[in-house]
Amino acid sequence: MPQEHIEEYLEAIYDIAGQEGTAKTTEIAKRLNNAPASVTEVFQRMKQKGLVLYESHKGVSLTPKGYKAALKMKRKHRLLEVFLNKMLHIPQNNIHEQACKMEHVLTDETETALCKTLKGPTECPHGSPIPPCDLNVKNCNECLTDKTVAYEKRDKDIIAITSLRPGEKAKIAFIRGGGGVTQRLCDLGLTNGTIISLVREAPLHGPIQVCVRGCRLVIGRGIAEKIFVQKT
Amino acid sequence: MKADLTIALAGNANVGKSSIFNQLTGLGQVIGNWPGKTVEKAEGVLFHHEKHIKIIDLPGIYSLSTYSQEEIVSREYIALEHPDVVVNVVDATALERNLFFTLQLLEMGIPLVLALNLVDEAKKKGITIDEIKLQDILQSPVVPTIATKGIGVHEIVDAALEQATGPSVAHRKIIRYGPEIEKRIDKLERVLVGIDIGYPLRWTAIKLLEGDSEITREVNEKNPDITIAAAILAGEISEIHKEPCSTVIASERYAVAVHIVKEVQTFKAFEKPSIGERFEAVTMHKIGGYVLMFSIMLSILFFMSVFGGWLSELLTSFFESLNPHLPGFWPELAWNGGVVGFYATLSVALGFILPFYLILGVLEDSGYLPKVAYLMDRPCHTMGLHGKACIPLLLAFGCNVPACVGCRIMETKRDRFIAIFLSTLVPCSARTVVILGLVGAYVGVQWALALYVFDFLLIFLIGRMLNRLLPGVSVGIIMEMPPYRHPSAKVVAKQAWNRFKPFLLTALPLIILGSIIIEAMRLTEVLSLVSNALSPLTVTWLGLPAFTGFLFLFGILRKEAALVLLMTAAGTIDIRSVMTPVQMIVFALVIMIYVPCIATIAALVRETGWKRAGLITFTEIGLAFLIGGFAFRFLMVVM
Repeated sequence: MPQEHIEEYLEAIYDIAGQEGTAKTTEIAKRLNNAPASVTEVFQRMKQKGLVLYESHKGVSLTPKGYKAALKMKRKHRLLEVFLNKMLHIPQNNIHEQACKMEHVLTDETETALCKTLKGPTECPHGSPIPPCDLNVKNCNECLTDKTVAYEKRDKDIIAITSLRPGEKAKIAFIRGGGGVTQRLCDLGLTNGTIISLVREAPLHGPIQVCVRGCRLVIGRGIAEKIFVQKT
Repeated sequence: MKADLTIALAGNANVGKSSIFNQLTGLGQVIGNWPGKTVEKAEGVLFHHEKHIKIIDLPGIYSLSTYSQEEIVSREYIALEHPDVVVNVVDATALERNLFFTLQLLEMGIPLVLALNLVDEAKKKGITIDEIKLQDILQSPVVPTIATKGIGVHEIVDAALEQATGPSVAHRKIIRYGPEIEKRIDKLERVLVGIDIGYPLRWTAIKLLEGDSEITREVNEKNPDITIAAAILAGEISEIHKEPCSTVIASERYAVAVHIVKEVQTFKAFEKPSIGERFEAVTMHKIGGYVLMFSIMLSILFFMSVFGGWLSELLTSFFESLNPHLPGFWPELAWNGGVVGFYATLSVALGFILPFYLILGVLEDSGYLPKVAYLMDRPCHTMGLHGKACIPLLLAFGCNVPACVGCRIMETKRDRFIAIFLSTLVPCSARTVVILGLVGAYVGVQWALALYVFDFLLIFLIGRMLNRLLPGVSVGIIMEMPPYRHPSAKVVAKQAWNRFKPFLLTALPLIILGSIIIEAMRLTEVLSLVSNALSPLTVTWLGLPAFTGFLFLFGILRKEAALVLLMTAAGTIDIRSVMTPVQMIVFALVIMIYVPCIATIAALVRETGWKRAGLITFTEIGLAFLIGGFAFRFLMVVM
């Protein structure tokens, strides 16, 4: 089983089921144009590698390890799309297929270099968010202004604050982007290391309400997706 | 007369600055429970111990690294006008976040008095603050206050007087940053000696390291070498911390704030959520919140329609029973022009406008408006705005003028322009009078509701169009969510009165005068001349009676006048005898959209400039008559 194959499966499960949902075998088979029997076989192998939870009658879902790997693939894929579209000026319709193939041979080193060259993009040309990198940086400015330093990998996983459940607490680890909005969040008390909790979120990807330093703030979805936290 | 002393009230949004200002000066600054009410500075005067004291109320500000327009007003005032004392009003329930700004003020070396407001609310939350200790740490007087009840406000002035006459405080050093930062501040301070831009050296040095654009520009004019040096030093700091220098400094300031809070505050958390919190959970609920919001809006509309209609009938029958029915030019002019104009305006004022201001006051004072901003943030994005825009849009239901000014809470020029444009399309209380008083009363509440729905649809479509046409995207909402508070009857009544007063003083006489002029024109047949001139538009295109032409012209002055004058121009109070239901709907529709009144146009010019104000005005005139003509043809078929 080539690695490339498994990575395609991870992405397909991520697209259908997300972080915690479950995808049906038939859905995956349809998406990847494979026979359900061979799909089941791949799931068994992925289960052995600890990437998915799989039970034939329930379907398949990602383990934390599988989720992280899927995010990494999504990141590479979308970074490549930005590269093809913005730097090489290849029309938007033609970039997905190519990125699909290239993503599997992209090393982590090239991924970081690509992110720096593209000045830390946050969205792919189709508008989907690019997951953050797994390097131990506090924010994008630091990495972008300093092209030589090699960063260690983060020892803990970080997630966007929007992935917390209402009532959950976490520590701010990284605020993506820079400029006025980051400074404002900082001035309102969202400094790195501060404990923050998600109070509630509005439906249909609306804003979230958070509690930080005893104050309640409403933060729009677009900004909130750039705030990354570490569960304590 | 020159003031002996100037005191500026500054602090985070929604902490009670305007309440303290109103208590001290007796003036009527708009207050309410939502951040961003005050967008302009206000001035008042207080005589205290035979001294003439000028009090300045500033808009809320979270940090001297400003973000939105009203914050710039505050920063510029504090930095450039040099008030004798700054009274920093802080929210005792959120001391840590409030101290962040206090620390910045202390760095500026300004004589400071800390007004520790909302101590009653803090106590309810289980928070107690040791003022004496806080006073020692900050080396500035601390006065506990409850602004809404006037407790402590005069002690603030006493402390400020003492502070103003006391020894200089410019060299206090409350915050010490890490050694790597202090070393670089020192370095910059040394090269800054002799370069006077009117601020303390230490503060200038810190601001340079933070990369503050204003200070960097000013220093750059005097000596560009220093700004280059500052950039290098800031780069070194961010190298050490792996973070931009400005956020390093902010983090350290917060660390100091945390330390102070630990020293002075004791907190005993309660197990059960408070009533306010439970209420918040209901009104911000994923589904329930929206259901409740629409129910509230519908019931306001329904209540006003029923109440306004009832009162207007009551007043009409009362005054008509007094009608002596004297024939002749002068008696008819006096009765139909003067008396009818008077009671029609009175019923409009007491039936629709005053009740609406009271309801709006309750919504504002309770803290419901920010909840709407939260609920409507997602829908607002389709119009290129974020949820905060809902606050001026809701205020626009009262009057478009403060709404246009209130749009300053929007952070970018683009967002502001869209919000202002849409605000002028919101049916204000004057237009509500026409919609409910004419269509609601004579055609049916469901048709009045249909007009509102149509207007909201129009606002939505124009919003979408502006979003497409104007480059850029909305920055997104970042807003403090204040807790619910029990609305105070006194505040609500006073607020409603402050808003109602201009109506009584300017609109009432104007409408009565207009009513007399129109009656005179009707009696002398001049009215038909004007009406005939406008008849291609009014009669041919809109299908309205000829006498409405003049009303559109007069409606530019005051829109509520349109209904009152309609009665005068028609020569009867029973509008049903001269207008068909379709005509009433078309008339109300055109009045609703056609042009902001003169006061709104003036506000538009002030907020956006002549060009954009003209664009908004003429777009709306065109739209109103276009839609009116089509609506007439459409309604003739369906009704």
